[in-house]
Amino acid sequence: MSTATLDSPPAPADAPIPTFTVTMMVRRFNPEVDEEPRWQDFDVELYPTDRVLDALHKIKWEQDGSLTFRRSCAHGVCGSDAMRINGRNRLACKTLMKDLDITKPIYVEAIKGLPLEKDLVVDMEPFFDSYREVQPFLIASGKPEKERIQSASDRARFDDTTKCILCAACTSSCPVFWTDGQYFGPAAIVNAHRFIFDSRDEASSVRLDILNDKEGVWRCRTTFNCSEACPRGIQVTQAIAEVKQAIMFGKR
Amino acid sequence: MTDYADGTVVEGVTYHQHDVVIVGAGGAGMRAAIEAGPKARTAVISKLYPTRSHTGAAQGGMAAALANVEEDNWEWHTFDTVKGGDYLVDQDAAEILAKEAIDAVYDLENMGLPFNRTPEGKIDQRRFGGHTRDHGKAPVRRACYAADRTGHMILQTLYQNCVKHGINFFNEYYVLDLIMVEVDGQKRPSGVVAYELATGNLHVFQGKAVIFATGGFGKIFKTTSNAHTLTGDGVGIIWRKGLPLEDMEFFQFHPTGLAGLGILLSEAARGEGAILRNSEGERFMERYAPTIKDLAPRDIVARCIATEVREGRGAGPNKDYVYLDITHLSPAVIDAKLPDITEFARTYLGVEPYTEPVPILPTAHYAMGGIPTNVAAEVLSDNTTVVPGLYAAGECACVSVHGSNRLGTNSLLDINVFGKRAGNNAVEYAATAEFIPLPDDPTKPIRELVEMLRNSNGTERMSTMRKELQQSMDTNAQVYRTEKSLIEVTKVIADLRERYKNVMVQDKGKRFNTDLLEAIELGFLLDLAEVLVYSAMYRKESRGGHFREDFPKRDDENYMVHTMAYLSGDAHSADAGDHIKLDTKPVVVTRYQPMERKY
Repeated sequence: MSTATLDSPPAPADAPIPTFTVTMMVRRFNPEVDEEPRWQDFDVELYPTDRVLDALHKIKWEQDGSLTFRRSCAHGVCGSDAMRINGRNRLACKTLMKDLDITKPIYVEAIKGLPLEKDLVVDMEPFFDSYREVQPFLIASGKPEKERIQSASDRARFDDTTKCILCAACTSSCPVFWTDGQYFGPAAIVNAHRFIFDSRDEASSVRLDILNDKEGVWRCRTTFNCSEACPRGIQVTQAIAEVKQAIMFGKR
Repeated sequence: MTDYADGTVVEGVTYHQHDVVIVGAGGAGMRAAIEAGPKARTAVISKLYPTRSHTGAAQGGMAAALANVEEDNWEWHTFDTVKGGDYLVDQDAAEILAKEAIDAVYDLENMGLPFNRTPEGKIDQRRFGGHTRDHGKAPVRRACYAADRTGHMILQTLYQNCVKHGINFFNEYYVLDLIMVEVDGQKRPSGVVAYELATGNLHVFQGKAVIFATGGFGKIFKTTSNAHTLTGDGVGIIWRKGLPLEDMEFFQFHPTGLAGLGILLSEAARGEGAILRNSEGERFMERYAPTIKDLAPRDIVARCIATEVREGRGAGPNKDYVYLDITHLSPAVIDAKLPDITEFARTYLGVEPYTEPVPILPTAHYAMGGIPTNVAAEVLSDNTTVVPGLYAAGECACVSVHGSNRLGTNSLLDINVFGKRAGNNAVEYAATAEFIPLPDDPTKPIRELVEMLRNSNGTERMSTMRKELQQSMDTNAQVYRTEKSLIEVTKVIADLRERYKNVMVQDKGKRFNTDLLEAIELGFLLDLAEVLVYSAMYRKESRGGHFREDFPKRDDENYMVHTMAYLSGDAHSADAGDHIKLDTKPVVVTRYQPMERKY
C-alpha cells in the first residue's frame, strides 16, 4: 500500500493533466466464501477530475473483475451507486477525487442498515418496502378532461421533495434506521411529503396517519445526517419537520 | 414440448407464467405495464430497479401541441417531426404520435406528474429544437416540462402508478433470450429466459404476449450521454433470433454534451435562450440556420459544432470544444428552469454557468433505428409480416416516428404513446391467445453461454476491448463518416469479435456476478456496432444523423427507403458481408413530399 504522490509538479495549462496514485480501501464481502467482510486495498492511477466511480471501475476493469457494485447513469440521477465514502454517504459518481484528501487512503464501503449482499451491494427491498407503504402516488377523484389546474406557488410547495432519486443515501445515514430497521426512514417520509403537500392530492390524512405510527416521523431525532447525505440537495430534515407539523396542526 | 405451472422449479430453473411479459422497466415498459397490469396477469422484468432506468436522465420536455401558451396544433407537430427526420419518417406513425401526444401529457398530469405551470395554472410549455409554428416560420412553445428533469418526473410518476396498481416487478433479472417456437409455419414468442443477478439462477417467463422495452445502446460509442447499462441487450436478442433491425445507421449525436464527459446538457438550455459560441465568441449558428439559429434540429447543430472545431474555431487549450453560453440569463431563471444541468457543469467541470460559458461537444445520444414495428407496436419479421404476440416500444423500437433524426422531446413522447399502445394491444392479444408450449430444455443455449463464460480461461480483458470499440466508433462512425472510416471501424469490429471468443471473466461466483454480465453485454455491443456500421456503408448519401462526407447530399432517388438488416448465415463468420443481409422498406408518405431541409 502506498500513499498518494503527485507524479509531476503542477504543469502549465496545455501540458497533459497530471495523474496521481490513490489507495482505495474497499470493504469486500463475498457471500460464497467470506464469513465476515474484510478490507482490501488497491492502488489506482487517477486524474483529479475522476470520480470515485471511475476508481472503482478501474479496479474492476484492470485489476479484479469480481469487485461488485451497482451503477448506471454515472452522473447522479439514477441513484444506483450510493455508498459510504470516507465514512459519509455519497454517490460514487458525484464524488470527485479532487474533493477528497488523496494523501490518505480513500475508504469505500456499502451503505449501512440494509442487509449486505456482496461487496458494495446491499439488499434494497426493505428500503423500497418502506417507500411503498406510504402510498407514494397521487390519489385524486374524478377524471378531468385536460390537466388539473395547479398554481405555480402550489406546485412550488412540494418541489424540493420531487427531486428524490430513491438512492437510500439518506435512510442509510440515519442512526435511528441503523438501530431500528422498522423505522420508515427519511426517504419514505420525503416521498410521502411530496404527495401530502401536493394541492391535487386528496389522501394526505391517510399518509399522515401512516406516519403518525410509532415507526413513523416521531422516531426522527433531527441529527441532520439525511440532509447532509442527500445528493440531490433535498432539505430532508425540514421535510420531516413539515410532516410532523402537519400531523399536529394540519397542513399549511 | 413442456409447460410448467407458475412457480415450478425444475433442475434449478424457475418457470413463470404470465399473460403479458414486459422486458424493461423504463418509460415505455412501465407505461405499457400501467395498461396491462390491471387487465391481465403481467410481469415486468428489468435488469435494473425501475427507477434507475435511463428515462430518468431525460431533461428538457415532452412535446404536445396543447397550445397552452401560444397557437399550436398537432398537424404542425407532425410536419416538424417529418421534416426533422429528414423525410425518412413514416408519416402515418408521426401523425399518431403528434395526435396522441396531447392525451399522453394529460394522462401523465392526471397520474400526478408535477409539470411546471403557467400563471393560469395550466401545464407550461417551452421552445425546443426543430419545433415550429406553421411549418417552419418560427420556434413554437410545444415542450411540456418539469424544470430540466422531465424524464426523472416521468420515470417516478410511472413507477408510482405501477406501485399503485401493484405491478409485479422482477428487478435485477437480465433477459438474455427470447424463446421462439414455430407454429403454423411461423415463429412466435413463447417466453423469455432471464438470469437472476442475486443468485445466478435462470428463470423462464412464459407469456402469451411479450413486449420488448429495453432501451438503447449508446455504449457502442465512447462519448455518450447513455448509462453504463445501455448495452442494447434487447435489440441484440432480437437480432440473434434472425428478426430484422431497421435503420441502424441512424444514431443521434446530441449537440451539447459536457466536453470530455458526454453528460447531457439539455436542449432546453437553448429553448430558454442559450447561445452556442466558438473560440471567437461568434454565435456561429446564425451562419448555418439563419431562421431558427441555435434551435435547429440536433443533427444539424451537432455537425455545425464539429465543423467549427475542424476549421480551427474550437475553444480551450486544444481548441477541441465550443461553448454553451447562458450567462445572459438571470440566475433566477436558470435556477427555476435549468437547475440540474447547471449543477452538472459545476460538479464535473468546475464551471459556474451564471458567469462562465460551458465547454460542450456532441455526444452519442439516441438510436433512431431498432426493432421494426407497425403503429400497433407489433414487431415485424419482414417489411409487412407481424410476429403475433411480440411487441416493442421506446428507443429499442423503430416505428419509425423519428426517421433519420429525432426531434428533442419526441422520445419522452414516443415511450408514452407507443408504450401505451403496446400495453393495450398485448392485453387484447393475450385475451384470446393460448400459451405457446415451451420447447424442451428452453434454457439450454443461455445455460451453456453462462457456463462457458464463467468457466473460461480467457485472456482478453473486456474493458480493453470495449474501449477499442468505443474509441474506433467515435473516430470513424460518429458525426462524420466516409467509406474509408467505415472500413477502418469494420476491421476493428471484426478483430474484436474474434478476440471476444477468448474473453476473460474473473468472477467465478454465482451471486451478483456483474463481471459475467458485462461480458455478455459486450457481446451485444459488438453485434450492434457491426450492424450499424454495415448499414452505414450501404447508405451512400447524407440524411439526418447519418452524414457521409463522400456523399454529402441527400439522395431521394436511391435512398428514400428504410434499411432492413437481417442476420443470415454463420453469425460468427469474420466478414460482416457473410452474415448480414440488407434489404429496403418503403417510407410511408401521406401528406408531405420531401423538400430541401432548411431552417
